[in-house]
Amino acid sequence: MGVEGVPRRADISSIMVIGSGPIVIGQACEFDYSGTQACRVLAAEGYRVVLANSNPATIMTDPGLASATYVEPLDADVLAAIVERERPDAVLATLGGQTALNLAMSLVQRGVLERYGVELIGASAEAIGTAENRERFKMAMTGIGLSVPDSGFAHSLDEAMAVGDKVGFPLIIRPSFILGGAGTGIASDPNELRRLAAMGLATSPISEILVEHSIAGWKEYELEVMRDRADNCVVVCSIENLDPMGVHTGDSITVAPAQTLSDFEYQQMRDAAFACIRRIGVETGGSNIQFAIDPVDGRMVVIEMNPRVSRSSALASKATGFPIAKIAARLAVGYTLDEITNDITGQTPACFEPTIDYVVTKVPRWAFEKFPGMPEVLGTRMQSVGEAMAIGRTFPESLQKALRSLDHGRWGLNCDPGEAVFDALDDEELVRRAAVATPDRPYQLEAALRRGVSIERLAGVTRVDPWFLDQIGQVSAERTRLAAAAGGGANGRGPGALGRRDWRRAKRLGFSDAQLAWLLGGSEEDVGAARLGAGVRATFKAVDTCGAEFAASTPYHYSTYEDEDEVEPSGRPRVVILGSGPNRIGQGIEFDYCCVHASFALREAGYQTVMVNCNPETVSTDYDISDRLYLEPLTGEDVANICRAEEAASIGDGSVVGVIVGLGGQTPLKLAGRLPRHLVLGTSPDSIDLAEDRQRWSELCSRLGIPQPAGGTARNLAEALAVVEGIGYPALVRPSYVLGGRAMEIVYDDQGLARAMAELSTFGATARAGVAATMPTSAVPGSLGREGGLSAERPVLVDRFLEDAIEVDVDAVRDATGEVVIGGVMEHVEEAGVHSGDSACVLPPPTLASSIIEVIEAHTRAIAAALDVRGPLNIQYAVKADQVFVIEANPRASRTVPFVSKATGVPLAKVAARVMVGATLAQLRDEGLLRPPVTGGHVSVKEAVLPFNRFPDVDSLLGPEMRSTGEVMGIDTTFGLAFAKSQMAAGSRLPESGSVFMSLAGRDKTGGVAVARRFVELGFTIAATAGTAAVFEDSGVPVGTVVAKVGELSTGEDAAGASPAAPAGGGVDAVELIASGKVTLVVNTPRGHGPRADGAHIRAAASRYGVPCLTTLAAARAAAAGMADWTVHHLAVRPLQDFHRVDQLRLPL
Amino acid sequence: MSRDPASGDALLVLADATVFEGEAVGAYPAGGLVTGELVFNTVMSGYQEVITDPSYAGQIVAFTYPHIGNYGVAPADGESSRPHCRGIVVRDLVARRSNWRSVEDLGTYLARHGVPGITGVDTRRLTRHVREAGSMGAAFGPVPEAALLAAARAEPGTDGRDLVAGVTTTAPYRCGQGPFKVVAYDFGVKWSMLSHLASLATVDVVPASTPADEVLARQPDGVFLSNGPGDPAALGYAVDAISALLGKVAVFGICMGHQLLATALGASTFKLAFGHHGGNHPVRRLATGTVEITSHNHSYAVAEDSLGGTAISHVDLNDGVVEGIRAPGQRAFGVQYHPEAGPGPHDAWYLFEEFRALMAGTADVGGGGGRA
Repeated sequence: MGVEGVPRRADISSIMVIGSGPIVIGQACEFDYSGTQACRVLAAEGYRVVLANSNPATIMTDPGLASATYVEPLDADVLAAIVERERPDAVLATLGGQTALNLAMSLVQRGVLERYGVELIGASAEAIGTAENRERFKMAMTGIGLSVPDSGFAHSLDEAMAVGDKVGFPLIIRPSFILGGAGTGIASDPNELRRLAAMGLATSPISEILVEHSIAGWKEYELEVMRDRADNCVVVCSIENLDPMGVHTGDSITVAPAQTLSDFEYQQMRDAAFACIRRIGVETGGSNIQFAIDPVDGRMVVIEMNPRVSRSSALASKATGFPIAKIAARLAVGYTLDEITNDITGQTPACFEPTIDYVVTKVPRWAFEKFPGMPEVLGTRMQSVGEAMAIGRTFPESLQKALRSLDHGRWGLNCDPGEAVFDALDDEELVRRAAVATPDRPYQLEAALRRGVSIERLAGVTRVDPWFLDQIGQVSAERTRLAAAAGGGANGRGPGALGRRDWRRAKRLGFSDAQLAWLLGGSEEDVGAARLGAGVRATFKAVDTCGAEFAASTPYHYSTYEDEDEVEPSGRPRVVILGSGPNRIGQGIEFDYCCVHASFALREAGYQTVMVNCNPETVSTDYDISDRLYLEPLTGEDVANICRAEEAASIGDGSVVGVIVGLGGQTPLKLAGRLPRHLVLGTSPDSIDLAEDRQRWSELCSRLGIPQPAGGTARNLAEALAVVEGIGYPALVRPSYVLGGRAMEIVYDDQGLARAMAELSTFGATARAGVAATMPTSAVPGSLGREGGLSAERPVLVDRFLEDAIEVDVDAVRDATGEVVIGGVMEHVEEAGVHSGDSACVLPPPTLASSIIEVIEAHTRAIAAALDVRGPLNIQYAVKADQVFVIEANPRASRTVPFVSKATGVPLAKVAARVMVGATLAQLRDEGLLRPPVTGGHVSVKEAVLPFNRFPDVDSLLGPEMRSTGEVMGIDTTFGLAFAKSQMAAGSRLPESGSVFMSLAGRDKTGGVAVARRFVELGFTIAATAGTAAVFEDSGVPVGTVVAKVGELSTGEDAAGASPAAPAGGGVDAVELIASGKVTLVVNTPRGHGPRADGAHIRAAASRYGVPCLTTLAAARAAAAGMADWTVHHLAVRPLQDFHRVDQLRLPL
Repeated sequence: MSRDPASGDALLVLADATVFEGEAVGAYPAGGLVTGELVFNTVMSGYQEVITDPSYAGQIVAFTYPHIGNYGVAPADGESSRPHCRGIVVRDLVARRSNWRSVEDLGTYLARHGVPGITGVDTRRLTRHVREAGSMGAAFGPVPEAALLAAARAEPGTDGRDLVAGVTTTAPYRCGQGPFKVVAYDFGVKWSMLSHLASLATVDVVPASTPADEVLARQPDGVFLSNGPGDPAALGYAVDAISALLGKVAVFGICMGHQLLATALGASTFKLAFGHHGGNHPVRRLATGTVEITSHNHSYAVAEDSLGGTAISHVDLNDGVVEGIRAPGQRAFGVQYHPEAGPGPHDAWYLFEEFRALMAGTADVGGGGGRA
C-alpha cells in the first residue's frame, strides 16, 4: 500500500460537504461523527472544504474544520445559493444522512450542479435514485437474482388498496425517500391499510409507497459494506437484531457480529451484499444493506439498501474500530482501500474485513414519558431518541452493560428494584406482555425465563431467536444460583459467602456490583470490597479490528473480567472526561460537543485525555478524538474501574490529574459524589449540591439579595395549597432533581393544582411496567434513579409562575481567581413557561435594555462567586416589569454552549475545560484561546426542533416540559432575517404570501392586533376565529375569513374545542380551512386559563398538512419581523468565518 | 507452584509455562489431557469447517471469537468426515444452538468424536501471547499443571514431520461428473475443494503417496494438489511425484499443494511465527491489482527469494507473504490461501475457473503481472 505520489484526485480542489441538520428521531449525532471525519480527512488531503449544516451543536460546524462553514438552513434554495457563491468542484452528500442525500438529489434535479459544473462524488444520482426509489430497487434486486418480499407500488389510495388485494395481508407500508421509517406501519386489514397508506403517501416526498407483504417475525440482519473505485469490496461488520422484523432497526436491540448465521449462510449474505452494491452502482464509500431470513427454512430476502453512511455504520465503526466515514471520504476522492492504512494496527491496510473477539450490543433509549398518550409499542416507525452501546466478551455481559448504560433506572437485566414490577404478574400475563414489542421486553424475557417459562414458548410468541433467549437465561440462572449460594436478602450470608469462581462467573455475565448488592445484601461498596478481596477485578481489553492477530496502536478499551489488562503505561498527566451517555431529550449532542472540545483543548495544553462514553453515535467515541477511549457505561462502578486502571498505568511523572464531570450534562455530574474527592475537577460536589438543593439555593439567593419567584416545597396537596396561598396563581409545579422539565406543569387554580399533584404522586408509585421509578435514591449512592421519579425524599417544587416574563439564559465561566467571563446573554423568544430547551433564543438579546443586561451580568458574577464555580456555569433568569428574577443555576456546561460559541466565536467549552484543570482566564487570554466575543454585526437565533411528526397523536403545544430533540441556528444581519432562517432550518419555512390563520387566547388578542396588521402590510390575508376576528376588526385590521368558533361553546375560549365537531353557527371549519391549502401560516396561542387540549386539533391539522404553526405571540411577532426583512433582503448566505472575522479556531488533526 | 484444578476445571499450559484457566468440555482421552501445537484462528463463523479441516491434524485450535457453537453443527458444513484438530480452546462453548440447518450441538458433536475442549479461557490473552511468542506446544485438561507442562514440552511440533500420512485416503475414490478429468492428490483434502472440482471434472482422489506414473495412467486433464497438515518439507515423495508431472499436465495446488508445487519448482518453504489462520486476509491479485478477502490456514509459506523464475501472482497485504505462484511454461499454478473458502469469503472462486480454462487449453496460467 502506501503508493508513492498522490492517488487522490487532483482534478478537484474544493468539495462541499452537506451535513444532516438538527438532531431528529432517526437522524442523530452519528452524522456529526461521520461529517466531522469527512471534513478532517478532506482538509488533511488538501482540499478546500465547504460545509453546510444548520445544527450549531455539531463539531463539524466548528469553523476550524472547514474553509467555509455555512450554518444555514438545509434547503435546496439555500444550498443552491452556497454553490453559486462557493463554486465547489464536487459535492459529497453520502455522509450527511437522508437529509443530505435528498438535498443532493434536489440539486441535481434542479440542474444546479450541472449549471455550475459540480460533480456529485461518493454516490451518483443514478445510484441514489436506484437505491432510494423502492420500485427501481426492487427491479434491480430481482434482476440480479436476489429475493425481495412480494410487493407493489402505489401513488394513490386506490392503487394501494389494489396492491393490498394482490399481495395479501399482513402488509407493511413503506414510503419512498424517507428516514427512520417515518410513515411506515403494518396493516392487517383493509381499514388499517387505508389509514397507513394515506399517511405514507403524505410522508413520502414523491408521494409513493411500497405496499409489501409483511415478513414480521423473520430474523433481521445488516451488513456494512464498503466499495472503492477499483471494485474492491469489504464487509466491515455484520449486525444481527435481537428484535425480529417488524421492529424498526433503530428501535431494535442489535448485536455485532451476527450470532446465529453459519458461515455457509453468512457468505451467501456477503455475496448478495456485494452484488447489491455493485448493481446499485455505489462506486465509492459505505452502504448499509438489510436482509431478513426466515428462521424456518433460511430463505433470505433483501429489505433495503442505504447508499450512504448511516446510524448502523457509526455503530459498526465503533464496534470494530474501522472508521467507515473517514475511509468513505478518502474513497470518494480517489483512493482505493488498499492505499489506506488501518489506523488501529498502523501497519496493515484498510482493505480487509475486521474480525472481532468480543460482542457488541446496542440498546435504544426511548422518551415515551415525554409524550403521554403514545402507546409504548415498538413497530416499523422509529421512536427512540438515543442509544447506548456496550462491549463485552460475551453477549450477556455486553447486554447487561448496555442496559445499565441507558441511564434509565435499570442496572442490568435483573437484580434491581425495577424487576419487582413483574412480581405481581402471573406467567400468562407476563408472556402476554412480552409478546408485544415494548421497551420492557428484555426484562420481561428475563423474568419469564427465571420463572421457568420455556425458551420455545417465548421464542414462539416473540420471535426472538432461541439463542438470545438462552443467553438471557444464563443471567437468570446465575442470579438464582448466586442467591442460593449466598442465602440471599437480609437473612443471607451476604457477599462474604461467594468465592472467586462465583464472582468471576457473575462478573463475566455482566452483573454490576449494584445488582449483586441488591441480590446478596450489603452495600455496593461491600460487594466491591468482597469481590476485590477474592481477586476478581475488571480488566481492560482493546478494540483492535483483528482479534489480536496484530499489535494495536490505538488505545480503545472496554472492560471485562479476564486475566490480562492491556492499558499501556503512561508517563504523562491524564485528564478523564466523562461523556453524556445516550442521547435523550434534554441531554444530547450539545454535551458531546463540550466533551470533545475539552479533549481538544486539554491535548493542546499538553495533557493526555481519556474519554469515557457509551454513545456510539458521537464524535467523542471516535478513537481519534482523545488519547484514550473507554467505551463504558457511565456508572459509579465502571468509572471507578477506569480511574483505578489509569492510576495503575501511571509511570514516571504520569498521573491522573482528575475527572471532568461538568461537561457531559446531568449523567456525569451525578457521578461526582461517587468519585474520590481529589479527582473531581472544577466546581466541588458540594457546590453542585448547593445549586440543586432547593432550600440551600433559596437561602443563597436571599443572602445575595437576588430575587427569585416566590415558592416552596410540598410533599402532598395540602402542603402545595398552603404554598400557593402564600404565592398565588399561576404556579409552576415540578418534581425536584429532574432534567428537561420532566413532568413540569403550570397551574392556574386549585383544581389544576390538585390534578398536577395527583399526577405527580402517582408518578413514583405506579411507574409504568418495567421501569423502576420507586427506587429510593439512597439505594444507589450518587444516582438519581430514573429521571422524574419522585418520592417522599423528593418533594415537589411549587413556584409562582411569572406570566409574560422574558426568559434569559446566561453561559459563563469562572476561574480560581474569581474572574468571570460572560459567554453570552440569550433572550428567549417564547416567554417564560416554555422550557428553555424548546424555546427559540436570540443572541445578542434584541429587547433587553442595557441596564437589565448589566443587572443580569452582576447577578451572574455574584452567584458564580457564591458557588465558588471553577468552570462553566449556566443561569436562567426571568425578566418581568424590568425586574430580574433568578430561576435556576447549574454549575456545569449547558445546552447552549455550542450555540454561544458559534454565535460569538468564543470557544467557551475549551476555556471551561482549561479552567477546570487550573488555568486562569488571564492565562488563556494571553495564550489567545480566550478572545473577546464577536458581536454587533450579526444576530444569531437558536430554534428548537420538535418530534411531533413522529408522534401524530401528541399535541404540539409547547410547555414547561422539554420535548425537542435538536436545534438549528439562523445567523444573519438582522433579528428578523436570523429568525426567518431559523424557522426555515427547523423545517417550517415562513411563507411569502397567502393567508395567516390566527386563533389567539384572550390575553393575546390585543397584542395580536399589531402582529396581524403587520401580516396585512406584508400582503397576507387574515383568517381568524370569531373572538380574535372581532378584536382585529374593531382595531381596523381586515379579516378575510371568519372561522367557526367551536370551542367557545364549551370553554369560553376562542380556540376551537377538543374535538373537531361541526362548526356552530356556520362559518368555515378550522381543520378544513387548513386542509384546503389556503392557509400558509397558523398562529394559535392557547395558553391561558383554559384546558391545555384547546386548539389541539388546529395544531394537529397544521402538523399533518405541513403548515408552519406558531404557538406563542412572541414567535408570531418574530416571524412577522422575519417575513418583513425577507421581502427586502432576500436570501443571502454567509459562512461563519465571515461573521467571526477572526483567526480560525485551531483543532488538532 | 503447580496448580491442581478443582473439579470441572481444566488448565491450558503452553510449552513456555504460560498457564490459562478454563473448564473441561468435550471428551478427553485416557490420561485426561491432550497435546498439540497451538494455533489461533480468527474466523467469527465457520468453526465446524475448521474443526473438520484435515490441515489442523496435530494442532490445538484456539478460536478468537468468544462464542463458539452458536449455530450448532450441520452435516453439509463438514470439510471431512470427522474432526481433525487435537482439541479446541474457546472463551465460551455455547450450550444451546439455534439454526434451522443444524442437527447437533457442538459440545455433543465433540464428545461423540472424542475431541476435548477447554472453555472459559481468556483466549485474547492467549492470542496475544502466541502472536508474540509464536506457535508452540501446548497441553490442556483437568489435570495438574506440572503434568500439562511436561506434556506441552514433550509435544514434538510439526517441523519435519509427515502429518499427511495420517489423514490421506488409503485408497483412490472418484467423485464429480464434470467434463474434465482431474486427479486430486489428497494430502488432507477439504470437501469444499472437491465440490468445486466436481463441478468441473470427474475427480479421482488418490493417496498422497501415489507415484506420478499412476496418476498419468489415469489420463487426467489436470492434477490438483490439495491442502494438508504439517511441514511440506517432510513430503519428499510428493515433491518427486509433482516434479515428474510438471509440464505434462495442468497443475493447480492449494495451501500444502501450493507449497509442494513451489518446492517441486525449486523453491523452499519456511515456518511463519504464528501462521495465517482466519477468514479476513487481504490478498492482492497482481494481475489486476485488485484485492480479495480470503480464507487462510497455513503455518508454513513459500520463501519469496527462493522462487527463481517462478512468478508471484498473489501477495498477502498484511505481511507480504507469497500467496500465489505461477509457472507458465509448466502450466502450473498454486495459491497458499483457500479459494474454496469453507469457511470464508468466496472472492477467489475464480481460480477454479482458471483451472478449468487451463485444462481446456483456452488460457495459460499467465505470469505474475500478466493476465491470468
